[in-house]
Amino acid sequence: MPDRVKKFLNSGTLFVWFCGTAVAVSLLMVSGVLLLIMINGLGFFWPHALVEMTLKDGTHVLGELKGEEVIPYSQTPELPEGKTRVRLKVGNRDLYGLDFRWVDTDQIASADSPKDVAAFERREWGNFYGRIREVSRGEDVVASGNEEGWKALQPLIEQANDLHDEIEHLQRDVIGDINFEIEGTRLRIRELELRGERESPEVAELQTVTQQLETQYQAHVATLRALSRQLDEYAVVLVETNGREKNLAVGQIVKALRPNDMGLFEKILRYFMNFWSVLSEEPREANTEGGIFPAIFGTVMMVLIMSVAVVPFGVLAAFYLREYARQGVIVRVIRIAVNNLAGVPSIVFGVFGLGFFVYAVGGTLDTLFYPEALPTPTFGTGGILWASFTLALLTVPVVIVSTEEGLSAVPREYREGSLALGATKFESMLRVILPCALPGILTGLILAVARATGEVAPLMLTGVVKLAPALPLDHHFPFLHFERKFMHLGFHIFDVGFQSPNVEAAKPMVYVTTLILVMVVIVLNLSAVALRNHMRKKFKASAV
Amino acid sequence: MASTQRSQDINPKITVENTDFFYGEKQALFKVALTVPTHQVTAFIGPSGCGKSTLLRCFNRLNDLVEGARVIGRISLDGKDIYDPSVDVTDLRTRVGMVFQKVNPFPKSIYQNVVYGPQLQGVRRRSVLDGIVEKSLQGAGLWEEVKDRLHHSALGLSGGQQQRLCIARALAVNPEVLLMDEPCSALDPISTAKIEELLHSLKEQLTVVIVTHNMQQAARISDLTGFFLMGELIEYADTKTIFSNPSDSRTEDYVTGRFG
Repeated sequence: MPDRVKKFLNSGTLFVWFCGTAVAVSLLMVSGVLLLIMINGLGFFWPHALVEMTLKDGTHVLGELKGEEVIPYSQTPELPEGKTRVRLKVGNRDLYGLDFRWVDTDQIASADSPKDVAAFERREWGNFYGRIREVSRGEDVVASGNEEGWKALQPLIEQANDLHDEIEHLQRDVIGDINFEIEGTRLRIRELELRGERESPEVAELQTVTQQLETQYQAHVATLRALSRQLDEYAVVLVETNGREKNLAVGQIVKALRPNDMGLFEKILRYFMNFWSVLSEEPREANTEGGIFPAIFGTVMMVLIMSVAVVPFGVLAAFYLREYARQGVIVRVIRIAVNNLAGVPSIVFGVFGLGFFVYAVGGTLDTLFYPEALPTPTFGTGGILWASFTLALLTVPVVIVSTEEGLSAVPREYREGSLALGATKFESMLRVILPCALPGILTGLILAVARATGEVAPLMLTGVVKLAPALPLDHHFPFLHFERKFMHLGFHIFDVGFQSPNVEAAKPMVYVTTLILVMVVIVLNLSAVALRNHMRKKFKASAV
Repeated sequence: MASTQRSQDINPKITVENTDFFYGEKQALFKVALTVPTHQVTAFIGPSGCGKSTLLRCFNRLNDLVEGARVIGRISLDGKDIYDPSVDVTDLRTRVGMVFQKVNPFPKSIYQNVVYGPQLQGVRRRSVLDGIVEKSLQGAGLWEEVKDRLHHSALGLSGGQQQRLCIARALAVNPEVLLMDEPCSALDPISTAKIEELLHSLKEQLTVVIVTHNMQQAARISDLTGFFLMGELIEYADTKTIFSNPSDSRTEDYVTGRFG
């Protein structure tokens, strides 16, 4: 018997099983994470059906069904089986105070999905679920009753959304441009004052320009006010399921849906429209609603700046260590130090970035080049450039290590062959060794991108904000505004999920943001992998 | 040391005088002296580790790359010391080309491989480069086989074709001497035969020094043969003499296959 056990152990069958189990468990965990994010994230865009319940006490509840659970036995000792309750998203936060409500199953007298109820997505206070009583313009009733009101409301909402677009264009582009110019002239005047040229004709000239701009600004503000008044022209009286009324300007409604009245095709269409609006719109309501476009943009741009910074540094350092430095104790110590740098907690890099890049470098840049803006810092505060540099510092060991591996994999014969043809060492490196090492360099870039995209802690110290007023890339010269603060998907998750006033309502947004962050990482990685494969193909044989 | 051969003294291309070579503390060559004549094929034979490749790599100073490598003595090309501080190493290497044991075309196209050397020297005109490619590939006997796929990867060629491409690559810079370090050891007999055939025509244009393990090869292709053992040049003479009537008994033992 012991002999047979020993034989079995030595045969390695058990070991194979262990290995297989390890792989299976890892795969299970990864797919579990992805599945969880996808189920919770992708479900967010679906127009959920509305349920209207009549309770045994005669009141009504209207909302989206969000789940069912058994009340723990300890809370209901009289029922050893436990009883169930359902959770509904009832919206109407301004009326109820809360978005969600628990209903005990045994209290429900009847439940129904009436086709005439609508979900209104509003610019404030979250969703409203209910029916329409009347649509009015000032004192005149335009349409009364649910059906007529619904028909009348559709074009009005579209009109209001167009108005909103116009207002936003006016605010962001037209008035934004004027503000940009006013700020520019203000700084120029200040600069001249600092130089002691307060009396120069240019100052007077600039002051007239400022005045002209101010006049323009006032004119646009007046237009803006008129447009805003137009938004309030039409009002709608909504009524919730128990009959309480809510007066609302049509301009407050983003969209109105009757999910119970929609066909499958219509719902699918709506699904993709919702998806697109999250990708392309700006956040509203303390980031819990609206889109996440600025965060996606900030994340991608930061990673790109980081890549541009990290690759040259890492590659040059690796070339020195591998090709030029004498392979001795010092180089070995440096190599160990570089490897250990990769293991330093990221918040440490954040602190360094704040102290070095933001305060030391940024502060110096401000006193040297932007004295007219002081005491408002330009580069002396967190910004996308410093955040990217901090991440570049964080990921440079990865690039160094993989570039060194790539270099050491280049056969000695290539170097000798090149030298024997009369090439200098530099020429050999540039024309033979670097192309051969490119796949290794790109592997380093892939790893660096993967690590940098997911990093949040150092960014919180070096330039990420909850809500950035402007993108770091726009049509104002010099187009790339490295000093601007930016939004980031990882920080967005933290902010929406844990810092928002209405955590429960924000939960779907957290999953959506997570899903999109994962997608961004995958897309960035796949493009780097595609680039590497392209390079490999270019430098490898086609026939062999 | 029998060195009273007539062919050695005609037109010396490379002269080695009393040369020692060290890898750090380890001495690899002991008091080697020989003369490589112009437009001849000179073969170095001997067991592994006998120093023949080391001497070959001294001729184009490729040993400079090895840390701790030191040459004591004098090696001259056309009478000029190649270890003189005033010598430009890259210039020397364009005059003394090399073909390696391990076939090493660059992972580029056939065309790019051949023009690599000329481009380093600053040749940029497309028409000139095209001419060099055709001439070099013809010189290496490869033109007919690859003229339709010059822009395909060089790694798609067979082993023998790759080695001839390396020869063409070396010829493209117009060297005066071609060093060959066991160029056929990784090749099949047919490819080997092609390269040996090539050597006969090559020696019209340049001087060839070849290191080989294969004694039949040395006997077939070379005009002069040097036999190395433990870092010493045991005997250097006309190939016919070495293989039929060697003066040293160790040479005889080696060429008759009694050891090594």
